[in-house]
Amino acid sequence: MPPPLDNTAIRPHDFLKHGLMVVGFNSFIGLVLALNRSGPWQVQMIYSQAIGLSIWALMDFGRLVVKINPQTGWPEGWRRFALQGGAIFLGYLAGSTIGDALNDRPLLDMWRMAPRAMLSYLLMCIAVSAAISFFFYARGKDQMRLRQLAAAQRDAAENQLKLLESQLEPHMLFNTLANLRVLIALDPPRAQTMLDQLIAFLRATLSASRATLHPLSAEFARVGDYLELMKVRMGDRLQPAFDLPPELAAQPVPPLLLQPLVENAIKHGLEPHVDGGRLLVSARRDGDALVLTVRDTGAGLSETPADGTHFGLEHVRQRLATLYGEAASLTLAGAADADGGTLATVRLPWSPTA
Amino acid sequence: MNITGMQATALIAEDEPLLAANLKAELRALWPALNIVASVTHGEAAVQQALALRPQLLFLDIRMPGMTGLEAAQAIAEDWPDDGTPLPALVFVTAYDEYALQAFEQAAVDYVLKPVQPARLAQTCTRVQAVLAQRASGGGGAIDAAIDQLRQLLGSSGPTAPAAPTTPGAPLTVIQAAVGNAIHLVPVVDVLYFEAADKYVRVVTLEREYLVRISLRELLPQIDLQRFWQIHRGTVVRSDAIATALRDEAGKITLTLRGHADRLAVSRLYAQLFKPM
Repeated sequence: MPPPLDNTAIRPHDFLKHGLMVVGFNSFIGLVLALNRSGPWQVQMIYSQAIGLSIWALMDFGRLVVKINPQTGWPEGWRRFALQGGAIFLGYLAGSTIGDALNDRPLLDMWRMAPRAMLSYLLMCIAVSAAISFFFYARGKDQMRLRQLAAAQRDAAENQLKLLESQLEPHMLFNTLANLRVLIALDPPRAQTMLDQLIAFLRATLSASRATLHPLSAEFARVGDYLELMKVRMGDRLQPAFDLPPELAAQPVPPLLLQPLVENAIKHGLEPHVDGGRLLVSARRDGDALVLTVRDTGAGLSETPADGTHFGLEHVRQRLATLYGEAASLTLAGAADADGGTLATVRLPWSPTA
Repeated sequence: MNITGMQATALIAEDEPLLAANLKAELRALWPALNIVASVTHGEAAVQQALALRPQLLFLDIRMPGMTGLEAAQAIAEDWPDDGTPLPALVFVTAYDEYALQAFEQAAVDYVLKPVQPARLAQTCTRVQAVLAQRASGGGGAIDAAIDQLRQLLGSSGPTAPAAPTTPGAPLTVIQAAVGNAIHLVPVVDVLYFEAADKYVRVVTLEREYLVRISLRELLPQIDLQRFWQIHRGTVVRSDAIATALRDEAGKITLTLRGHADRLAVSRLYAQLFKPM
């Protein structure tokens, strides 16, 4: 048995709509013929409707039994030509037979009486039907594009929201505010510094989706703001370090690309670790690649729960793929040396113009 | 009731130094007679110090390194000695935990949101004093009430396993255990019980036992909990492998197994599983 066809893309009310449109086309054709030929106009109209509707019925309902592209509601490639050609030819035969019957003429009378005229009718019918069926096909494709566009917009909005939620992690935000509230009374200058860092972090987070690229030095500064905020909270349990060679400072990178990696290093590496640890953010050039690494000496990969990390990493990968295609990559691995922990490595194409 | 006058002892578990200092300062202002006997920065230390110092009140941060505040509360309740000292009153402290808050409301355990608002903290102090005063006068039943609260908290799936994957899927049918160079496939139906051993789980069958590199916390959501019963924070036993449940004079329950000599202790949090039909 063949696999069941998924022809749900064809909705019942489409048939009705198509049928009514076909009746409209038929009436027009019938009218044109009646004006150009002799004889009563009803005869031409009956033939026109009979042939047009037969072709339509064969073609539209034929879509229910052939394999279609679920997006457009139409078969693709040779199937489409077979369906359309077959429907036109058989529809023409069936339609003219029905027309003969309705007009009280002997069946297929014209084939015998005037084969040449019949042939010219057939050719005209093929041309007109092909045009009309192409119109329906194009319409289906157009609707697919609109549907895809709407879905893409929905996805983009959803992703944007998820990203913002993950960046403005409520737990981090409220804990930071709690610390700030305490510092205001204890150490106002330090509170002010902390507030400035929070402002810079929030501003960068909210505008990260807009700017496409910023210099690596700015990226390090934003990550620095974030780590300073976390340092107020974690105290000595967080020991951040940065290694940015000056010749790499102007390299363009996507803004806050490293943020999810640093967050994961803290959330899954250092925060669950009673003694905390070091967090090193560094950059180096490796031939044609700019290599950025985030390394922690925390809990290590095996204890990393799959769910929380996933979105952050997936988001970094998506951004890299969109901007650089195959030329960029993100890998996550256990750190190779005795200090343990996790090493996240991003490779980007080196930008010679910077 | 005089809010400032009542004598009591408390322990604070909070990993962020500034916030711990602040909570202490706010409490000193609101409740000068409260003696804060210890302030610790992670879950294990909270358990250790609570069992050693036996305070009447615990402030537990939810997200702490190592062990969460809820896990610490469970460990304290399970290991609390049977000498009549009531379990400490629990107050959870959290910055943002949607699910936990719902659970706290249900279990009628008090909580404080960070940043701590003095007015809200004053309410908490009044509530705690009422509980402590009731215990002092009424005595009996206090420990049962606290255990009930905790049971409700742990029963709501949200906060007990915050790190566990939320999609349960089909329960595990086979445990893959490394033995030397070989991987042994152990059918879950053959497992008598699972026991937490630090970052590992001991998997015990009739014939032998295996050590699997997964924490019990990660394993639990993958186990069919109709068939396997949790009887302690570190023990999950197959229900039809249990032969008898023996209750000693102190009320402690011990399980014997069919065809196996091991005896398993049931913690007081899970004691209600075993009663005659």
